[in-house]
Amino acid sequence: MVKIAIIDYGMSNLLSIARAVQTTGANVSIITKPEELEFADKIILPGVGAFPKGMKALNETGLTDEIKKQAAAGKPILGICLGMQMLLSEGTEIENTPGLNLIPGKCIKLPEIDSFGNRNTIPHVGWEKINTQDQNKSEFDGTYMYFVHSYFAKPTDNENILFTSNFADLQFASGIQKDNVWGFQFHPEKSGEKGLDLLKLFCRAF
Amino acid sequence: MALNRVIARLDIKQNRLIKGMHLEGWRFLPKPPGEYCKQYYQQGIDEILYIDVVASLYGRDALIELIKETTNNVFVPITAGGGVKTVDDAWQLLRAGADKVAVCTGAIKNPQLITDIADRFGAQCMVLSVQAQKNKTSGKYECYFDIGRENSGLEVNEWIAQGIELGAGEILLTSIDREGTRKGLDLDLIKLVSEKINIPLIASGGAGNVAHIGEAMAAGANATAIAYGLHFNSFTVQQAKEALLAQEIEVRQTW
Repeated sequence: MVKIAIIDYGMSNLLSIARAVQTTGANVSIITKPEELEFADKIILPGVGAFPKGMKALNETGLTDEIKKQAAAGKPILGICLGMQMLLSEGTEIENTPGLNLIPGKCIKLPEIDSFGNRNTIPHVGWEKINTQDQNKSEFDGTYMYFVHSYFAKPTDNENILFTSNFADLQFASGIQKDNVWGFQFHPEKSGEKGLDLLKLFCRAF
Repeated sequence: MALNRVIARLDIKQNRLIKGMHLEGWRFLPKPPGEYCKQYYQQGIDEILYIDVVASLYGRDALIELIKETTNNVFVPITAGGGVKTVDDAWQLLRAGADKVAVCTGAIKNPQLITDIADRFGAQCMVLSVQAQKNKTSGKYECYFDIGRENSGLEVNEWIAQGIELGAGEILLTSIDREGTRKGLDLDLIKLVSEKINIPLIASGGAGNVAHIGEAMAAGANATAIAYGLHFNSFTVQQAKEALLAQEIEVRQTW
């Protein structure tokens, strides 16, 4: 049975994610200490809240270095929401903050005004389609996922874009991937059966 | 604007599902609430709305347990409310697995609570619940509280404008006149409110058949919360969504 470690650094609703991952048949453990990551087959980094606060919590607990070490060793890692944003090189929420730098790119604020001058509602909340050109993930092309966010990922390389979605007239990366590191801006644990299928894909991939 | 949603509304008394009319005359339904939720989830519901009508009297323990249980097999957003008077009350519901908190009485008595909840958890967590009833004399819609028992005297749009200013991220608008009647939602009320706001509006009260849901959305509701129609099997979530799609109202398809 695949062992999945969900990282608890005090900034997310772990219960919902843990229960969603359990439906995939994985063995789930919630961990707080860096040394516990070693024993997991795969790692999930969840998170809700502000980028600087999240990175501060990871840095102070020594999780930052351990996550980087595990990623470099090839262990699959999935970031969700703020967890995805922190996979990037830098966050710009409140103040510029270095991220985990596992996928090159920045996390930036959703535009307050669209290209026609209309005011956008932020945070972006609700069901939104995800799109992909990846043949292996075609079953998810055009399916709805549940989003709650004010910032979005802008990967440096377009090849690191896994899914795209729209916010007003902006197309943004709602899923990112670089080798063994994945990130979803949306909440697969709140996105119905298709969301669970995506978690399954991560739990069974590699 | 966000995608239209079909929401199941479950009014809860301790750990039982209840259904009333005009927010009173509650009767119990036979199965545990979690079973209804599971069924609606399998049918493709977009969100669950729990309102504990006795939380002010008995506390929130039953609701918290129910939310925790629901997250075992329901993987869509959950909004929970009932007697939320402090930021800590809200936190208890969120920590149990709710994604958003609906506040009515607590906000009318202490408007600052809206700002406090929005600042701490984000505006998207703060759903302002408005129980509206038309004043037969003045023709104005007024906001009630304590499960529709007390009249605040506040005019609906004035209170909603103030609530949004204070940080509410979504409005749950219940028509006391239509609640439990299955006569259709109050379209005048929905129009009156939706024309003035740019945050999502959940309309509740009166959905008796699938056509009513489309009417509410055409009138400006972003989501419709359904109780009776689903609890008493008048129609399924999928039937409701098929009717919406037939009217070219976009919704999430799960079948």
